Amino acid sequence: MNKFLIPLGVFIVLVGFLAVGLNRDPREVPSPLIGKPAPIFEVPQLTAADKSFTPKEMLGKVWLLNVWASWCVSCRDEHPILVEYSKRGGIPPVVGLDYKDQRVDGLQWLARFGNPYMLSAFDADGRVGIDYGVYGVPETYLIDKAGVIRYKQIGPITPDVMEKKILPMARELDK
Amino acid sequence: MRAVAALAAALLLATGAWAKEAAPLAEDPAVEQRMIRITEDLRCLVCQNESLAGSRADLAEDLRREVRSLIKQGKTDEEVKDFLVSRYGDFVLYKPPVKPTTWLLWTGPFVFLVIGIIVLVRYLRRRDSQVAHSTLTEEEKQRAEALLKADQ
Repeated sequence: MNKFLIPLGVFIVLVGFLAVGLNRDPREVPSPLIGKPAPIFEVPQLTAADKSFTPKEMLGKVWLLNVWASWCVSCRDEHPILVEYSKRGGIPPVVGLDYKDQRVDGLQWLARFGNPYMLSAFDADGRVGIDYGVYGVPETYLIDKAGVIRYKQIGPITPDVMEKKILPMARELDK
Repeated sequence: MRAVAALAAALLLATGAWAKEAAPLAEDPAVEQRMIRITEDLRCLVCQNESLAGSRADLAEDLRREVRSLIKQGKTDEEVKDFLVSRYGDFVLYKPPVKPTTWLLWTGPFVFLVIGIIVLVRYLRRRDSQVAHSTLTEEEKQRAEALLKADQ
């Protein structure tokens, strides 16, 4: 009897490991930037090319940096949620980062689907994206009052993520 | 038949069109070579089973451009890799670094080897001791000797 118990035990442990491994999303790579200061950049704004935006302006506030693009398919799923939350209020200010986009397309997108952003920075060549380790738009960063990245959402924000992760953390950081 | 010929012609034309789209040769072959050598060991985060050197993803394109410019700035290979690791994490390295979180990864195979050897040795010893119990009786020995002698 014992002869079979040991291989069976090994097998069950192995299946356990594989089951956990298979159910994890390989696309979600933990960001090394969490707990580190948000990279500083200065780029023009999307709506006003003559004005620029830098994260320094947001010091002292808890805020969200949402990377989006008009060519990004999952951004369409995420966008209505951001619009709804921005209308309802009670969320940190959201700064958009229009990533590797055409200015015209970006503006059209906002006109068509609504603008939940305090403002959108325009990262035409994707340089800012590289500094933030962006590899799959949409991505969202929660940044605290001291300008430190506290959380990164890879892929679209769902109401679940907003309610269970982002908002509680933002409230905590806002104290 | 005519349709096949037309299809073949279309395909030939299509390959011609592709050829024209080939990327322009790098201005500096030395930089290009170093860039390829470095990015071959790095993972493209968009197509995770492709190296940064081989991927046609947009991000890989941008990152190769970034690596080129870092090389031109006179950065060492290590500095270039650190640049990417600090942004995308250790995941970009096909060869993960040895550090506390990867100890299990690096030592795991050897741990399993040691466990295997221990199990094997114990199994052999046990079998050995079972065999040792069945020594020949005096009578059997004599019979065995007789048989061996008869053989000669």
